[in-house]
Amino acid sequence: MKAKIIITPKKAVLDPQGKTVQNALAHMGYTAVTGVHIGKYVEIDLAPGTDCAAAEAALSEAGRKFLSNPVIEDFKLELE
Amino acid sequence: MNFSVLQFPASNCDQDAVHAIRRLGHQARMVWHKDNLPPGTDAVIVPGGFSYGDYLRCGAIARFSPVMQSVRQFADKGGWVLGICNGFQVLTEAGLLPGALVRNRDLQFHCEQVHLKTAAADTPFTRRIPADRPLRIPIAHGEGCYYADEATLAELRANGQVLWQYCDSEGNVTDQANPNGALHNIAGICNKGRNVAGLMPHPERACEALLGSEDGKWIFESLFEAGRERPAAGTP
Repeated sequence: MKAKIIITPKKAVLDPQGKTVQNALAHMGYTAVTGVHIGKYVEIDLAPGTDCAAAEAALSEAGRKFLSNPVIEDFKLELE
Repeated sequence: MNFSVLQFPASNCDQDAVHAIRRLGHQARMVWHKDNLPPGTDAVIVPGGFSYGDYLRCGAIARFSPVMQSVRQFADKGGWVLGICNGFQVLTEAGLLPGALVRNRDLQFHCEQVHLKTAAADTPFTRRIPADRPLRIPIAHGEGCYYADEATLAELRANGQVLWQYCDSEGNVTDQANPNGALHNIAGICNKGRNVAGLMPHPERACEALLGSEDGKWIFESLFEAGRERPAAGTP
């Protein structure tokens, strides 16, 4: 079982990396691109047979407390 | 006065802080991240560097280290804590200071002298700073752009928690003098209780003429003066 956590900068926070990549894409001719936001992807391996609901609760907490900083980031958790 | 200077894996300004404090005539000892603060600690310095390799986010892992639990108790009792550069990042991650430090707006690492306007003189970190001119202190960071939401910024301003702002050599707070894009040119802040402060510039690197500036010593002198007036509240 795996958990996938996607962390993205909050829209209100300056994202110079995303902006630079957006500008580069525009230079390359990808004119339809109107925004780029660069975040992080964390893949977590879980022991076989882990209780799905318990894992979701625990990793939501870890996502909030540690893996993301709620002042500047949002995160999404997926279990599969 | 007895300073405890924390040491995380990949701290690299710990020795500088110890050197500066001892040179100014006070005691400083290094405290390993797995230990607790030693008894008799009057003030804590969370030094600069790249604690835990800056993995995940700057300061994100250091905040969970055993010594930081001890620092939190020390701060809760009113003990003085100063975070410098990475130490500032650690204190925001730990929730001991509001806001966060994000990538510099130009994506570059800045290593240069800056000027700082002291915006609040009524704290143990700023009380001795001369009011007539800005401080000249170096910065060295890639993630020093201070960010907080509007409500937090309003609260910081209302409570006089903004301690230092980037300014030009005349003391004007301008966008041009802002090296990293920090909101309101914020270089350093304190908590509501005014006993925990953090700043991105390095006062410990500006305490002797040989290094180009002695202005950083005013921040330490402020703490020394505060220490003379009151025994440490937070001694464990």
